[in-house]
Amino acid sequence: MNEELQKPVDTKAIKELLDLNDSARIRMWLSICSRCGLCAESCFFYLAKNKDPKLSPAYKVRATLGELYRRKGKVDRDFLKKCYDIVWGECTTCKRCSLYCPFGIDIATMIATVRAVCNSQGVVPEGLLRTTDNYRDTGNQMGMSVEDFVDTCSWMAEETAEEIRGLTIPIDKPGARIMYTVNPREPMYYPQDIAMAAKIFTVAEEDWTVPSTGWDCTNLAMFAGNRALAGQIVKNMYQKALELGVQAIAITECGHAFRSALFEGPYMAGYRNGKPPIPIVHSVQLFYEYLRDGRIKIDPDKMLEEPATYQDACNISRNGGLWKEGREIMKYISKDFRDMEPNSEYNHCCGGGGGFIPMGGEFKKRRLESGRVKAEQIRATGAKTIIVPCHNCFDQIRDLNKEYDLGVKVVSFKEVITEAMIIPEKFQPIEKDDEGDAQD
Amino acid sequence: MNDLYDFLSGPALWAAFIVFIVGLIVRVVYLFGLSKERDRVAYNHADLGWGLRSIFHWLVPLGSISLRSQPVFSITFFLFHVCLFVVPLFLLAHNMLWQEAFGIRIPSMPDSFADILTMVFIVTAAILLVRRLVRPEVRILTTAWDYFLILLTSAPFVTGFLAYHQIGPYKLMMILHILLAEILLVVIPFSKLGHIILFFPSRVFIGFEMGTRRGVRTW
Repeated sequence: MNEELQKPVDTKAIKELLDLNDSARIRMWLSICSRCGLCAESCFFYLAKNKDPKLSPAYKVRATLGELYRRKGKVDRDFLKKCYDIVWGECTTCKRCSLYCPFGIDIATMIATVRAVCNSQGVVPEGLLRTTDNYRDTGNQMGMSVEDFVDTCSWMAEETAEEIRGLTIPIDKPGARIMYTVNPREPMYYPQDIAMAAKIFTVAEEDWTVPSTGWDCTNLAMFAGNRALAGQIVKNMYQKALELGVQAIAITECGHAFRSALFEGPYMAGYRNGKPPIPIVHSVQLFYEYLRDGRIKIDPDKMLEEPATYQDACNISRNGGLWKEGREIMKYISKDFRDMEPNSEYNHCCGGGGGFIPMGGEFKKRRLESGRVKAEQIRATGAKTIIVPCHNCFDQIRDLNKEYDLGVKVVSFKEVITEAMIIPEKFQPIEKDDEGDAQD
Repeated sequence: MNDLYDFLSGPALWAAFIVFIVGLIVRVVYLFGLSKERDRVAYNHADLGWGLRSIFHWLVPLGSISLRSQPVFSITFFLFHVCLFVVPLFLLAHNMLWQEAFGIRIPSMPDSFADILTMVFIVTAAILLVRRLVRPEVRILTTAWDYFLILLTSAPFVTGFLAYHQIGPYKLMMILHILLAEILLVVIPFSKLGHIILFFPSRVFIGFEMGTRRGVRTW
């Protein structure tokens, strides 16, 4: 990677990319921004850093994409480094600013375009770049082999069948209703996450399967500005689902995976009509439906007693449209729900999105600083528990909890639901007599 | 003076209006053409309801969460735009000229009312200019061109007001009034002032992107 950075900037390649992206929208946005400054107050980076004007979305775009177009791509490595710090270090593409702009300018899309330009010159955060080979070779960001993945699922199924009778994790079941996809950190580091999902699906009597390939719904290439690879990653998942003939792809509790599969993915993978070839459903939607339809029932004595709040993950709430569903689930599992302010589609980003978490140590200080806005929101609710339906938010909020001494327990929906759900009789494990086996 | 006046209110005015109208049409048509190829996302998720609501909430004062968070600015900004349109369109002096030239009858407002609106305009323009200088997050974005544009937009109103009240040399004021208005007209299609038209497709797009696709209010 380092040799890439020694090469002179290929300004011709940049110009080509700029021309390719010179769409009506980008042209229009760059030319009508009236520099009114309303976007500034919408951005948590700006707010967290004591309203530093250089952190207003309009400034960030002008300093990067605006300059790139103005100079027609004739830029040097110093300029690209500046862009790198802005588009990865000062923006999570949360899209909140677009709600505040009088023209509805989509700043996030312009930031993503700059990421693509930087990527073309090898300027990408190491934490994202190093997953490229893994995605290409194994189809998942952690480089996990098919065997290891399937073994992990079997192991989880075996262990969990002791608690929920008849539980299986069906691999590659053709014609299942949903094909459940996960974030690779689950099989790699937290396989109990998969076990919890299995428990929920079993009790809800869901017709589900986990694919042996195409099971990674994350898309770090999307964060890295590598559109071609991002499209390929999403295609792998779509194709597997079509092969299996399932009715929908289900996404684990992950935010950007949903955005990738349902919104950005179709365009990155070349589906001109913007529709994924197969419906996509997020866990928040599924869990909401199970509770609503009584397929999962919560034991009232096991509901959360202490004040609890809900993290509106940007890619699930604002950019996923599921803020109501998340709140409906909270009604079933929490006795004392305290909403953050602002919330729902107007929520603030926690600062862990846009690639920040996988980008690792190099960006940690920055995200802990910008996360101050979220930390203060959490503190203001007085909640002792926070439900977080997104892996990256989860990590970020765990870190914010320490950094800002929030004193909250950070949990996912899966964790709370599996702990509080009533296991129907037929799924209860059979008690063995201590005296040993029956004689006849 | 009279020759200059005749030129400015004759051929120059024709030229200014033609550049204004044709310039805007060309800009919009060019963007539209480009969009058919490069902006499929704008067409794939079209929905009349979301598009119209996205526009509506930003045409009314305090219609969006963003405007409500800066209410003084928002009301100033709203009044600025209302006066900007209403005064030139419904001014008796202008409409007499339309009638003389083309026989078109456009309803006019009483001069006293137009006077008040012009003063409101000048005050709001001044507030917006000061805001640009004073608020750091606005100042950092502002270039010389932005200062020029706010001054250029205000100039016809100031000179028109002065001419009407016969403050200063009348003929000079009138000439400046027409000249500055013509400069403004020809600058509109080539600058951010093109937002008089582009506001609409821009808002419509984000209405689709966030509204149709996610059910999110872009206000």
